[in-house]
Amino acid sequence: MITVLAPGLLTTVQDLGRWGFQAFGMPVAGAMDVYSLMAGNAVVGNIPGAAGLEITLTGPELRFDSPGLACVAGGDLGPLLNGFPVSSWEGIRVSEGDVLSFRGAASGGARAWVCVGGGVDVPLVMGSRSTYLRGGLGGHEGRRLKRDDVLPCGNPDTLWPRGEGFCVPSSLRPQVTGEPQVRVIPGPQEDMFSPEGVDSFYNSGYSVGSESDRMGYRLEGPAVEHSNGADIISDAVAQGSIQVPGHGFPIVMLADRQTTGGYPKIATVINADLQLLSQMAPGDGLTFRRVQVSEAAEASRKMMEALRTIRSLAADYRSRPAKYRGRSRMSGNMRLCFGGDCYDVSWSAFDGQGDN
Amino acid sequence: MIVEFGDGIDTGINAMVRALAGRIEASRPSWLIETVPTYRSLAVYLDPWETCRDEAMAWIRSLCSSIETPRFAGEPAIEIPVCYGGGFGPDMERVSLHTGLPAAEIIRLHSSPVYHVFMLGFSPGFPYLGGMDQRLETPRLENPRTLIPAGSVGIAGKQTGVYPLQSPGGWNLIGRTPLKLFDPSRKNPFLVKAGMEIRFVPVSEDKYPVLPSSGEVPGR
Repeated sequence: MITVLAPGLLTTVQDLGRWGFQAFGMPVAGAMDVYSLMAGNAVVGNIPGAAGLEITLTGPELRFDSPGLACVAGGDLGPLLNGFPVSSWEGIRVSEGDVLSFRGAASGGARAWVCVGGGVDVPLVMGSRSTYLRGGLGGHEGRRLKRDDVLPCGNPDTLWPRGEGFCVPSSLRPQVTGEPQVRVIPGPQEDMFSPEGVDSFYNSGYSVGSESDRMGYRLEGPAVEHSNGADIISDAVAQGSIQVPGHGFPIVMLADRQTTGGYPKIATVINADLQLLSQMAPGDGLTFRRVQVSEAAEASRKMMEALRTIRSLAADYRSRPAKYRGRSRMSGNMRLCFGGDCYDVSWSAFDGQGDN
Repeated sequence: MIVEFGDGIDTGINAMVRALAGRIEASRPSWLIETVPTYRSLAVYLDPWETCRDEAMAWIRSLCSSIETPRFAGEPAIEIPVCYGGGFGPDMERVSLHTGLPAAEIIRLHSSPVYHVFMLGFSPGFPYLGGMDQRLETPRLENPRTLIPAGSVGIAGKQTGVYPLQSPGGWNLIGRTPLKLFDPSRKNPFLVKAGMEIRFVPVSEDKYPVLPSSGEVPGR
């Protein structure tokens, strides 16, 4: 079990989404970056679709009520265990009563996912544990977490301690640097825009507007001109669809998007670059670059390949005899005080015995 | 992947969209996540783990060439009981003023036709209906309401529909149904699906509390 001591800005239970009901108008929801969620799940030994907590900008304060393995994946929001820094993308052993909190992002990064061995075990609603906020369903009581919520967790695999210290290689973590160039496939309604409109879409910088959330990001920048009105006969809206309503400012549709819409879509963000968007906060800048479907498919394939690699590295790590695992160590935190000056110190040492 | 069938709101085109969706869903190809039929196009979501996009596209193309407009399925229309006017339909007077029709005539015109469900979207279980009498056409409210109760029946321009969940919205509300178009706790959470036909049946206000709210419509 996990007890929420403080909820943070927006913390929700998410998995890979509630697929299969879009034909009935049911939004998919799910993690804004499924790659990070799946990677975090691999670190703690879960199946890829186990539910975790999606945290936004200002992280929550969570108390673990039983021992287990946890991993914070995604943007670096400065995770702390009992007040001392711990690494993201690493298997962290937590004991009963340990408190995970967040210092805040040091350098970019807007969202992270907390995965725990066994997964967050809220009830399945229509095949998923994802929270759909506007519909008030799924997740924990259909809403964002608040103080004193208690979240049940599933049973971790019995050899979970072997995952402690496994770290996702940095080459397999999403790289977010500076102002991202987000790759898009043109259309499906690029022909609803004037040549000048298309030109300003690809050759201008945009920034994420303040009215941006899990449903979509409203972009600020030069307006994109339509050639003949801004209405289409409503059709499907995908994750990454970029709608342009009559006012000309693009809206990128994301996890909690509605399934259909009546505004023309100038382009669609490729699957592999949705993770870039998930790390953007209001005020952050971006530009768009047009790519071929083949490049999008290749980027998607690479992303899936990276996940396979993480899973296989994690499995190897757990199957190695304990004494060969370099990160087997004893560690702790203490406060040293010398005549009124206090220092928080974390220490670690190889225990020489291995474990398990 | 989007397959477009034509440009217009038309039951024939819409039937082709659903026919293709049916053919694809029936074959359950390994790369398929789901299909989303809309007025005039079909969205097909492919599993990114599968790397056979070109084959999938070629297969769907071959299906398209053999799609025939299905014969009318002949399923009976779903009946949706509606309490018109009063507290359930606060905009009845507005619609009456705009259309110049008395409330009784509005109710008669709204509950006469059989409506075709072209697609679902906007929110879970929200049906886009075709077939409203054009004399009822009334523009959306200038100031949308912040909260509309679930089950509200409204008119917006040439369209009519039912709000499955409480939500904000700018439609003219003329009545309400106790039927839950969406209930995630039911075995089948959605009452209607694309391609079905529905009818609105006027019921008096005093019957509202005793009407069933479940999806188990009598005779279905």
